[in-house]
Amino acid sequence: MTPENGRSSKARPPAGPPTTSMVVLCLYVVDQAPNSVQAVANLEAICQRHLKGKFKLEIIDVIEFPQHALDNGVIVTPCLAKLSPSPTARIIGNLSDTDKVMRALGIPAASGP
Amino acid sequence: MAGLKKAPAQAQASPKIATGIQGFDELSQGGLPRQRISLLKGGPGSGKTVFALQTLVNAVRDRQEAGVFVAFEESARQIVANAIGFDWGLAAVPKHKLFFMDAQLSPEVVQSGEFDLSGMLAMLKAKMGEIGARWIVFDGLDVLLTLLRDPAAEMREIYRIRDWLAVNQVEAAIITAKVDGAGADFVNYGFMEFMVDCVVRFERRLDCGVALHRIQITKYRGSDFAAGEYPVSFGSGGMIVDAPERTEIQQVASAERVSAGFERLDTMLGGGLFRGSSTLITGVPGTSKTTLAGKFAEAACQRGERTLFVSFDESAERIALNLTSVSIQLKPHLKSGLLKMYSGRTESISAEDHLLKLKALIREHRPQCLVIDPLSAIAKSGGLQAARAVANRFIYMAKDEKITVLVTAINDGAEPEGEATDLQISMIADTWIHLSYLIRNGERNRALTIIKSRGTWHSNQVRELILSDAGPMLADVYTAGGEVLMGTLRWEKEEEEKAKAVQRRSEFDLKHGALELAEADTRARIKDLEQGLQRQRLELATYSSGNEARIVSSSDREKELRRIRSADLTTLETADSLGPPARSGALNGAGKSGQKLKVEARNDS
Repeated sequence: MTPENGRSSKARPPAGPPTTSMVVLCLYVVDQAPNSVQAVANLEAICQRHLKGKFKLEIIDVIEFPQHALDNGVIVTPCLAKLSPSPTARIIGNLSDTDKVMRALGIPAASGP
Repeated sequence: MAGLKKAPAQAQASPKIATGIQGFDELSQGGLPRQRISLLKGGPGSGKTVFALQTLVNAVRDRQEAGVFVAFEESARQIVANAIGFDWGLAAVPKHKLFFMDAQLSPEVVQSGEFDLSGMLAMLKAKMGEIGARWIVFDGLDVLLTLLRDPAAEMREIYRIRDWLAVNQVEAAIITAKVDGAGADFVNYGFMEFMVDCVVRFERRLDCGVALHRIQITKYRGSDFAAGEYPVSFGSGGMIVDAPERTEIQQVASAERVSAGFERLDTMLGGGLFRGSSTLITGVPGTSKTTLAGKFAEAACQRGERTLFVSFDESAERIALNLTSVSIQLKPHLKSGLLKMYSGRTESISAEDHLLKLKALIREHRPQCLVIDPLSAIAKSGGLQAARAVANRFIYMAKDEKITVLVTAINDGAEPEGEATDLQISMIADTWIHLSYLIRNGERNRALTIIKSRGTWHSNQVRELILSDAGPMLADVYTAGGEVLMGTLRWEKEEEEKAKAVQRRSEFDLKHGALELAEADTRARIKDLEQGLQRQRLELATYSSGNEARIVSSSDREKELRRIRSADLTTLETADSLGPPARSGALNGAGKSGQKLKVEARNDS
């Protein structure tokens, strides 16, 4: 899986404090592993919906880059790391609990559907 | 099973891989199963992590095998810091031989949905390939697995690990996991135990306020093992398992005698202690048990034997110093290295820890003679039952090592006859010396009794033990009215005996002198008489010859007269009658004996 960068979609500015900088995310996965596949799908959905044009996502396959994962303290997969802006965050799991993911990433809850 | 056990000892074929943990390899008859998973389970602080890490370090250090340690519960840094306390030389182990993976999830990590270990195993595979690791430890796997909150998922991940290990041909894998005291396991251990080939249970429990550690192998697929629960202790070398002693007593009895410390005591023991025997000295505090122990140690060192002196709650320095007051010099032997003194604390250490510590000391110093003063100290904290067992095991162990051991024990019993000790070591000790105070006539005197001494004659007498600046000694025995006299009474008796001896001597001298005088007197008298006899003999001889001459001359004169006066017979007769009275008068003058002698002389003539 190749890292995908800042996909933008329909303009829909998030409510709350203006985001001046990009949200930099890194998702560690194991290609073909069911949880990883789900995590990629869940994250993409969240980003599309709440971070349109304001995020940068890198997806790293641990099997391909194990040392990179080790160096970055990855323990289990899937593992999502929010690298910036501060505060950083780390989420493990297939990201099925959207609210939890959004809270962890500092994305305010969507005001509407 | 039997086939596995009897497998030839080829490095490849051996089904087991040694942990290098003293005692455990004996229990498990060789170590952990090769190319299989071993599960270590137990409560917090029961020693799982130490076991796992020690095994790994031993493999790295002793066999140059590399390993990976995955720490789920504590940070790798914490684990390394904890292990620094052990003398494993962990700091010197090269990074490329032993890799710690920090697998502790930070509390900030948010969980959203299910995760798995596939990524972690991929990373581990890469790392293991990089350093050529053959060992892997998953320490605290339960911490991570519980996050799954799903028994099915947990099972799936355990299967994942098993398959991964099988595919990657890991030499040995150790998984540690917690179980809480109540047995409510976090993880499905029933399943896990089924899956793994070896299960070792660790336990830490409190007995009378002292922590006791236990280890038990509960499962070992394809192998025999010692199934009991065994004590574990932690020393500077790490974990030590107290493997069971041999059931059969295989001690070689020695007829060689060694000194118990000083000559008179040896005499009382019929020549000393047997080498390799055990001696128990009991007594209330202050009866100089330590002094006798010190004397024994000194005598051993003087013979050039390596000696270990273990004391409790009193510094070795202090003991050595105190003993100099009774002329027992241990310091030179300490300096030369022949003697090693170790002083232990009894507080909060279980009897088993003491035993393991002693074992370690024995291995380190290799003594021929050993003193433990007092052995009863091991029962000070913790259960008495355990302490009894330990005391027995300790004495058997010393015997197995052919060490001549002398232990002291305090008996606090109020009654002086209470010679039995709490530890009941008196049953297995070969020689039992009891020290007591005898209080009489306002004095306390130390008394020494040999209660038993197996296989040898020994004195049955109570003796007074005297401590002086010349060392301990046993006083001469004075018995009076069926009791041994001690202290002042003995001294008085000694003085009395001395006075009597002096008196007897002078009496003798006097009599001897008198007899000599009498003898001299008699000799003088005999000499006098002999001189008198000589004189009388001479006198007699002189007299006899004089008389002969007279007799001859008088008869000649008569003839002459007759010839001249042949005409005048009357005159002749008168003259003749006058002769005899004159002669008898001369005879009267010579006395009775003279008369007798004269008669004889006349007969002769």
